[in-house]
Amino acid sequence: MKAIVKHRLFWPSVALLTLIAINTIARPQFILITVRNGELYGALIDILRNSAPLMLVALGMTIVIATRGIDLSVGAIMAVSGAVALTIIDGSAEPGSLGTVLIALVVALVVALVLGVWNGFLVAVVGIQPIIATLVLMLAGRGVALLITEGFITTVNSTPYEFIATGYLVGLPFALLISIAAIAVVALIERRTALGVLTEAVGINPEASRLAGVRARGIVFSAYVASGLLAGIAGIIYSSNIRAADANAAGLFIELYAILAVVLGGTSLMGGKFTIAGTVIGVLTIQTLEATILFLGVPSAQSPVFFALVVIVVVLVQSPRLHSWARTAMKTARTRGASDTGPRAKVAS
Amino acid sequence: MSADTAVAPVVEMTGITIRFPGVLALDAVDFSLRPGEVHSLMGENGAGKSTLIKALTGVYPVDAGEIVVGGQPRSFSSTADAQEAGISTVYQEVNLCANLSVGENVMLGHEPRRGSGIDWKAAHREAARHLQSLGLAIDTRSMLSSHSIAIQQLVAIGRAMVLDAKVLILDEPTSSLDRGEVEQLFSVIRDLRTRGVAILFVSHFLDQVYEISDRITVLRNGQLVGEYAVHELPRGELVTKMIGRELDELAALASVADRAIDRTGTPVLRATGVGRRGALEPADIDVFDGEVVGIAGLLGSGRTELVRLLYGADRAETGQIEVHGRSAKHSSPRQAIENRIAFSSEDRRAEGIVADLTVAENIVLGIQARRGALRKIGRAESDAVVQEYMTALGVRPADPSMLAGNLSGGNQQKVLLARWLATAPELIVLDEPTRGIDVGAKADIQRKVAELSANGLSVIFISSELEEVLRLAQRVVVMRDRRKIGELDSSGVTIEHLIDYIANEGQESVA
Amino acid sequence: MTKSLDLAPRRAATPSRYATFMSRRASLMPTFAAVAILLVLLISAQARFPKFLSPGNMSALLLDNAYLVVLAVGLTFVILTGGIDLSVGSVMAFTGILGASLLAQGIPAVVAVPAMLIAGALIGLLIGVLVQYFNVQPFIASLAGLFLARGLAFVVSLESIRVEDTFVLWLQRTRFNVGGWYITPTGIIALLAVAIAFYVLLWTRFGRTVYAIGGGEQSARLMGLNVARTKLMVYVISGVCGGLAGLLLTAYSGAGYPRNGIGTELDAIAAVVIGGTLLTGGTGYVLGSLIGVLVYGTIKKIISFMGAEQAWTQIIIGALLLLFIVVQRVIVTRSQRRR
Repeated sequence: MKAIVKHRLFWPSVALLTLIAINTIARPQFILITVRNGELYGALIDILRNSAPLMLVALGMTIVIATRGIDLSVGAIMAVSGAVALTIIDGSAEPGSLGTVLIALVVALVVALVLGVWNGFLVAVVGIQPIIATLVLMLAGRGVALLITEGFITTVNSTPYEFIATGYLVGLPFALLISIAAIAVVALIERRTALGVLTEAVGINPEASRLAGVRARGIVFSAYVASGLLAGIAGIIYSSNIRAADANAAGLFIELYAILAVVLGGTSLMGGKFTIAGTVIGVLTIQTLEATILFLGVPSAQSPVFFALVVIVVVLVQSPRLHSWARTAMKTARTRGASDTGPRAKVAS
Repeated sequence: MSADTAVAPVVEMTGITIRFPGVLALDAVDFSLRPGEVHSLMGENGAGKSTLIKALTGVYPVDAGEIVVGGQPRSFSSTADAQEAGISTVYQEVNLCANLSVGENVMLGHEPRRGSGIDWKAAHREAARHLQSLGLAIDTRSMLSSHSIAIQQLVAIGRAMVLDAKVLILDEPTSSLDRGEVEQLFSVIRDLRTRGVAILFVSHFLDQVYEISDRITVLRNGQLVGEYAVHELPRGELVTKMIGRELDELAALASVADRAIDRTGTPVLRATGVGRRGALEPADIDVFDGEVVGIAGLLGSGRTELVRLLYGADRAETGQIEVHGRSAKHSSPRQAIENRIAFSSEDRRAEGIVADLTVAENIVLGIQARRGALRKIGRAESDAVVQEYMTALGVRPADPSMLAGNLSGGNQQKVLLARWLATAPELIVLDEPTRGIDVGAKADIQRKVAELSANGLSVIFISSELEEVLRLAQRVVVMRDRRKIGELDSSGVTIEHLIDYIANEGQESVA
Repeated sequence: MTKSLDLAPRRAATPSRYATFMSRRASLMPTFAAVAILLVLLISAQARFPKFLSPGNMSALLLDNAYLVVLAVGLTFVILTGGIDLSVGSVMAFTGILGASLLAQGIPAVVAVPAMLIAGALIGLLIGVLVQYFNVQPFIASLAGLFLARGLAFVVSLESIRVEDTFVLWLQRTRFNVGGWYITPTGIIALLAVAIAFYVLLWTRFGRTVYAIGGGEQSARLMGLNVARTKLMVYVISGVCGGLAGLLLTAYSGAGYPRNGIGTELDAIAAVVIGGTLLTGGTGYVLGSLIGVLVYGTIKKIISFMGAEQAWTQIIIGALLLLFIVVQRVIVTRSQRRR
């Protein structure tokens, strides 16, 4: 029993399950999944589908944080990739053709990859602090996206492109499948190969890892490249969803939600050991919370208040000070209940 | 000048007991400090030295026992409390603020005021005055970080004097100092002693303890072994009291140094003229099969810099390296590792052990790094390797899933050694492998090194303890002030001879 | 018996003027660089647009960015201790709309304005408590503050609220003219904030403790300084500055708007870093932060003079930030190699 409670994923899972339970009590159809034309629908399915952009960004963020870094530019990269894709589709002769869409996707993802390489270069080669290095792109990236869309919100009408965010494949939302594929690929790469444990080593002690012969530079570099690529995919899903490239709104604050998801899942911001499963649970928790807030009729603009409370509760629960308070409180309760059999040795507090 | 035994002690600790979950850190220990004496606290790692000090400085509360300072029973709840009672500590890492000026560091928290703000002129004047009384004449407006560690330590002592310390605790103050700086520190200590300050000196350099102390208190396993005047306690007896057993096992290693080495073939490693501006003048070194080459010299002589260049931890600016006769370029550790060279850094915590990974993960890290990120070592293979080396080196506790950061210094060093030995190197470079670890683990490691070299492994061995170098190495490379000054065959060389050699830069000493 | 060695006595060198200066004031170099950049920008702008350096324009430079000056001042305290405060933009928006709402309901300015400052202080206090007493990382704690403040801003009102209050409007509309130069009470408030911060950081024990914490929190604690209270206070200060900036921005635009300040914390952080304060803490000057804001404002003005899209401002600030960081890094690596 103790082993389960002590497990890293215990509290995050409890939080998520509690949230789902509360929702189900409030409206039992929350966990209802219906099938229509061979496709699954329902509140849970919505959550899974809508969580796709955040899931992708949070996966990348987990790896970057594990190397003791951070990527603040993911929102901006999302905006850029959406802008590139839509500008290509908008400017082409046949916006509705699969070929055009595929070209747009490839170019957008290459651009996102290049931005990830840029971040990786600044951090791993030049040696700039990650928070500043990615802050640069966070500031400049949206500007670049605005220039690409020339300040307008580019809208398109392209069925193949819309399919990404709204379409279904084998009964499940396509976006959800992208999510699952990303989780699977990242988890496989990190745990089946030695990349995961070497990343952890680099995050825990970069110099010791270098002296031990670990290709630290390469590992850090590829973390930012992966984060950039995943953000690029997220940007495409986002712009597909609104059928537009909104350089100002795309991925706004998503880096903060992604960091929150990673922390909720149990990975430490200090770097080192990380958990993909934890991040997944963290993302789902955030998405469920968002859905709960909307259901309660709270204007979505006010939802950050709830997230603030979530953050505070989570960090309090994870805080060692709270644990020592709880322990002393339980001890006092226990000693008060036990009978006094004689003088007790003073216990160091 | 030793303290008058009739004078009342300034600190008296009686029956101090401190318990941590599962561990009795101190068991009814008595300790006293008299004004105007230098008192050394000796014991292996885990003996309770630092716990006792933390009890005195208000970091840990005591479970039983009494602390009396200046005749008054006290119980401290914080370091600020202890400071106010006149107990100041200078730590090994010099806990001052490097980004502030020297004068500010000395006066911080007690700056003279003018109106509602700080009077900087008066502050710097007073700081300069205190530093002068320690024989230090530096610009108090300069940033602390622009000075060497030795100077920073003296500034920390100056701060203690501002706080009117009656007790000065020096925790491993000489680890990063060269001989001249140690002398400077000792003369300051002697001066403070004359002024009536009680000094608690903690160091594992036995020579220095004997040089500066008046009394020695020995702890072992949380218990008081005894308190002795320094001239009553010969060195061998001290070590025996510290580890509780005789050291003749180390004497058995004496035969290692006399082993014959075949130097006719190609050396495993030959470096000619390797150097790096500001770190090392171009130097030559070579190592043959199964040979142990020791590098001797004082702190700051360039020993670590030399081996780091050989390994590629730093990039050499001049010179060539040949491995088995083939030219090699070691611009990063990876190339050296390809050439079957291993390197165990002197700072095992910052550059060796990955604290949050398990012992097992730490041990296979070297092999895994070599294999690359894509080919993971299988469970069976990893278990076998880990088991083999943990047993061979005697790592305690014998739990491969324990986090490496939780092991004692000596066991961490063994894990590091295991990591490198698992990569089956031809040459292993050990930089201060026995520094700061208890005598028992020290003996284990020295024995292992001797054994491995007898089996054909080549070793480059750096140690500040000249006995260790002479005991294990067949040849000794001598360095001073960032250059190599010579090479000696170790057979028949005594420590005095070696010191002479260093002092006279390789020339024969004038009788 | 000692085995001592007699090494040659160390040569005591009399350091050159330059060496003394560097050993005392090396941390000022980044701020000098910021001043240099500001001058370069102003001079080249003047060369390209002959009317650029007019007194009117220069006065506007300060006043258009008065809110950012105040934010940067508060942020400087936090960053000096090695922390960070991501909430400042949202706090500014929240206190702004809160004030506007109170004033619209007829509550007099003498109550509404302190309420804004107190609201900011409370959020800062929350962050400070999380950081200091619950060991939460400043990034996460101020993230919570950001979410809270932004959400509360929309709770107060989903739409903007105009301000008609005479005092608040007086802050912005009054001008004190000297030649062609002018300044408004908002500008005076901003400069006062800088001046007070300057004094506190250099001449009070609290300010020196801030620097000490940035240099080494453990050391500061061992030296007996009141680290806990100071760390708490810097976040409160940042919160109060957020509230003050909310007042200034509301006065400037004549309305409270819950969408204000999205991303402003980044601009403030960029200004502080460009001004020479290191994100690692312990080094930096509040005057540098003022320079950083002026650099930001100058670039914005140049862009608007050029008639280019405002998007370029973000790109250039990003590039400038990058340039600064790279140069700082090169200097650091070079000095490390020399040692």
